[in-house]
Amino acid sequence: MTDYKRIVRDGLWDNNVVFAQMLALCPLLAVTGTATNGLGMGLATTAVMVVSGMVIALFRSMVTPEVRIPVFVLLIAAIVTLVDMMMNAWLHELYKVLGLFIPLIVTNCAILGRAESFASKNPVMASAADGLFMGLGFTLGLVVLGAVREVIGSGTLFANAALLLGEPFHFMELTLLPGYDGFLLMILPPGGFLVLGFLLAGKRLLDARRSRVAVQPEPAPDAEPVAG
Amino acid sequence: MHKTNPEPEYRKRLGYSAALLGGFAMLAGAALTLGHVQTRDDIAARLAEDRKASLSQVIPAALHDNDLLQAPLALALDGAESKTFFRATRGGAVSAVAFEMIGQGYGGAVVVLLGLDRDGKVLGARVIAHNETPGLGDKIEVKKDRWITTLEGHSLAELGHDGWQVKKDGGQFDQFTGATITPRAVITAVRNGLDLFATHREELLAMSTKDENKDKMNKKKQD
Repeated sequence: MTDYKRIVRDGLWDNNVVFAQMLALCPLLAVTGTATNGLGMGLATTAVMVVSGMVIALFRSMVTPEVRIPVFVLLIAAIVTLVDMMMNAWLHELYKVLGLFIPLIVTNCAILGRAESFASKNPVMASAADGLFMGLGFTLGLVVLGAVREVIGSGTLFANAALLLGEPFHFMELTLLPGYDGFLLMILPPGGFLVLGFLLAGKRLLDARRSRVAVQPEPAPDAEPVAG
Repeated sequence: MHKTNPEPEYRKRLGYSAALLGGFAMLAGAALTLGHVQTRDDIAARLAEDRKASLSQVIPAALHDNDLLQAPLALALDGAESKTFFRATRGGAVSAVAFEMIGQGYGGAVVVLLGLDRDGKVLGARVIAHNETPGLGDKIEVKKDRWITTLEGHSLAELGHDGWQVKKDGGQFDQFTGATITPRAVITAVRNGLDLFATHREELLAMSTKDENKDKMNKKKQD
């Protein structure tokens, strides 16, 4: 029986690609100069993760452990290339914005990581769900990191979101600090490392506080004795 | 991988793994070929549309009555590399030309599409590919900043070589706060384009759509 609740929790928080597994840092730091870029990269990666998870789960019983890595890499690369071609041909407006990020997805070790640790051991639907929520967790990481860097770096939030999502989303483009000169370091790669470091520390703090809260009731007299 | 029953004998053979890998390679190859065949024409059409859209930004529609993508002119320049020029014609005479120039920016090549009228005046310039710092250097994109439109209406004759520089270098055009290399690359690319146009003006403009004229031109040159 697949525990979908577990998959959701793992993907979004407990085992988040960025904040817990710390995978995919190369595309992460490269594209998160703005929240919009992070969102675009996250959504494209999510799509690839769902499809690659399903395909790998489909073939999982056939593939021997000796050749699994080359086979997975081959499948992922083929899927990414197909997505790239199809978007270029049929979703050209979106491609012009996201096209830059698609080839980067091949280098995303998070996808191979999920193929190896989840899709190769689980049925197709569970793998699709895992891909979806891991992808959304990755998107969350990218957007948060991009937003922090964008606000500190250039004083805006979701700049050029209308280019990515279409005109109706113009309202998302905010200038939080008008007349702000910008803080170049945040937009450049070192800013990515700095912000990621602070965000990781923040998550650890939150998790630590939560586990303290969870432990506290134990000495209380009305607490149920723990079995074993 | 978690397994309850022992592996079947055939899976332990080397041949099985090899065949498996080969099979998947063929499968991926077939899928990619199919995908390529299915999308090839659409991608080519989209790229042509893109090109037309960017050409229409540097050459006003009023200036031509031809299809800009039709019969582009390839001129062999010094160094044996040839450059493609898109020519706008009206009433059989060339009214404007557009071509790409490359400048060296902060993050690599900056590709500028430049449109010039018969007198070498800039009708429009657009950066069509670059790898500059987001939020700083990418103000050269017309979508993000109007800066590039300040080039319009100027010519080499008007400003001279010294004028076609960023203000920091003593020229006419603004640089950006925190980014000088990027606008400098654009201005330099445009200036080189203007030079190129001045050098090849005759060839670019004199040729009409008729081949006879081309022959005449060649003959004249030989004489």
